[in-house]
Amino acid sequence: MSDMQALLDDFYGLDRELSPDEIQIRETVRRFVDQEVRPHAGQWWQEGVFPVHLIPKLGELGVFGPTLPEEYGGSGVTGVAYGLMMQELERGDSGLRSFASVQSGLAMYAIYRYGSEEQKRAYLPRMASGQVIGCFGLTEPDAGSDPGAMRTTAKKGGKGYILNGAKRWITNGNLAKIAVVWAKDDEGIIRGFVVPTDTPGFSAREIHTKASMRMSVTSELYFDNVELPEDAILPLSKGLGSPLSCLTQARFGIAFGTVGAALDCLQEAAEYTKTRIAFGRPIAATQMVQERIVDMLSRVVDMQLKALQLGRLYQAGAMRYPQVSLAKRDNARGALEVARMARELLGGNGISVDYVPMRHMANLETVDTYEGTYEVHTLIVGRDILDENAF
Amino acid sequence: MKILVLVKQVPDTATKIRLNPGDTAIQTDGIKWVINPYDEFAIEECLRLKEKAGGEVVVLSLGPSRVEEAIRQALAMGADRAIHVMTDAVIDSQVAARALAKVAQEEGYDLIVTGKQAVDDDQAQVGALVAVELGLPQVTVVIELNVDVESRRIRAERELEGASEIVELPMPAVITAQRGLNEPRYPTLPNIMKAKKKEVKSVPLDSLGVDTTPWVRVEELTLPPERPAAKILTGEPEEAAKELARLLHEEAKVI
Ligand SMILES: Cc1cc2nc3c(=O)[nH]c(=O)nc-3n(C[C@H](O)[C@H](O)[C@H](O)COP(=O)(O)OP(=O)(O)OC[C@H]3O[C@@H](n4cnc5c(N)ncnc54)[C@H](O)[C@@H]3O)c2cc1C
Repeated sequence: MSDMQALLDDFYGLDRELSPDEIQIRETVRRFVDQEVRPHAGQWWQEGVFPVHLIPKLGELGVFGPTLPEEYGGSGVTGVAYGLMMQELERGDSGLRSFASVQSGLAMYAIYRYGSEEQKRAYLPRMASGQVIGCFGLTEPDAGSDPGAMRTTAKKGGKGYILNGAKRWITNGNLAKIAVVWAKDDEGIIRGFVVPTDTPGFSAREIHTKASMRMSVTSELYFDNVELPEDAILPLSKGLGSPLSCLTQARFGIAFGTVGAALDCLQEAAEYTKTRIAFGRPIAATQMVQERIVDMLSRVVDMQLKALQLGRLYQAGAMRYPQVSLAKRDNARGALEVARMARELLGGNGISVDYVPMRHMANLETVDTYEGTYEVHTLIVGRDILDENAF
Repeated sequence: MKILVLVKQVPDTATKIRLNPGDTAIQTDGIKWVINPYDEFAIEECLRLKEKAGGEVVVLSLGPSRVEEAIRQALAMGADRAIHVMTDAVIDSQVAARALAKVAQEEGYDLIVTGKQAVDDDQAQVGALVAVELGLPQVTVVIELNVDVESRRIRAERELEGASEIVELPMPAVITAQRGLNEPRYPTLPNIMKAKKKEVKSVPLDSLGVDTTPWVRVEELTLPPERPAAKILTGEPEEAAKELARLLHEEAKVI
């Protein structure tokens, strides 16, 4: 890494606030991504394929469920360490981070928090190693920002429950061995279910038309009288608060992850402006380009500060979900703006996926939308401080 | 099998080296430190030997407190415990080898492995000097290592200019690793967490009772001259290719 790259990575000296193992964990994931992902990211993205061959390696590296206790396959790392792992994965590609976020923050966390001891033992260690991939089905064709309006139902019947309905925009849907599906029971209460994807009546169809997150698998799930045993239900889940608490975990990861995407764009843009000559001098030597670079850096530092403090709150058990909302909202948008500026600074080359900004930018459009849109998080924070529900 | 791996912490090769006029050591502030890449091959080989034959891999490192970072990295790769010989002093290869050999001698090892050279000063002396200090057979620049634990014999392939050499030697011995010996593993997250609990014994250099006066003193360090600006060939591809071939042959003298 050049001096400039290192300076951009940590302009505000935040590494001093990290413990040696947090730094070591970050560097380990970074090196992995540099060697295994970065050289191929543009190509995989363009071809629209997720690098499934990396799943066992990612499992071995320990990126799935790292904050969980060892007995469930985790490593008991700090929230900040988890966040920094997400940062480095997303420096590679948001799709890679999404894969890990869904596996850890959504699917594993749902089972860990709302599952029975038997469910935890049956699934978590195999999910930590990457043998079992999970997905998380909350969004439906007609219920996204307002998941309480979901139509999928799990009625009592058969061996336990009969699941009917559909989910859309489900990350990892076609890769998953199990789906954590949220559905309304006979009383209309939202409950979570662990659905093996080979259960009769379950089908998944991959969405191939994405112009964003092309390295990530996104699917529609259909449940046509899917018969589930009694023990498929996550016994402790009850109401919309249950899936939302899982989203808090994943949003926390996004607050950090987006820093990685933004840094990747900033670093490539800064490097580019130093070597791109126009009117007889590097474009970095012009005032307008410098302003752009400094604006990008300023956004990145804001994002880093928010993410780090959020991580410390997480660790202290003092993190409130509106705080997560603010960080998710601002960091996703901040990274998107950084990516757009980087794209511009690269001129025509910025349009090609041979360079990183366009790919990150397209991905970040999804990041800005999923896990609660910018507006949804605005309304969460607004409600928190003004005590008025404006949804 | 009890294996000792000698690990040096060096500046990342991508770090920009800074010098002030008259300096006899590089400016260390702002430097990113890593394990000497050749030592990573050594660590990996030791771990593989342990996985096959059982036993223990001990990391031995020399330097100021920052070296602990490299030690933790080696432990996170899978080494069992570590010894850190602490010193802030500027030392030469000779003193380093004496100190490392002294520590190695105290516990006794079946095998001592290290990188063929450190990429900071490129002296390529310490491995060899440790062997001499201990009176052990050694084989350097190894690209393949086979250890027969039963007969306590080693077969090693060394890299030579344009050829390779196969040697056989008894244990205990000193081995220095060359690129190509293996592909070092990533420390995994569970291992990073486990490494926190592994023992790192700190030993002050002065307590070893070895002579710490260097034999070699650095007189002066200078940065290489700035590289001249690149030459850009223009014109038709055929012409440009001809010109490139001529320049490579006549000026750069590489073809
Ligand atoms: C690539 C990708 C992967 C995804 N992965 C998953 C997954 O794994 N699991 C999962 O469950 N979901 C997933 N999603 C779905 C995602 O979470 C939803 O798309 C998102 O929550 C928005 O819902 P929607 O698409 O229905 O948009 P809508 O809710 O229809 O929103 C449309 C627009 O209206 C705005 N809006 C809505 N309500 C209000 C209001 N009250 N005030 C102001 N503005 C409002 C929104 O902000 C948005 O701009 C994924 C989406 C994508 C694109």
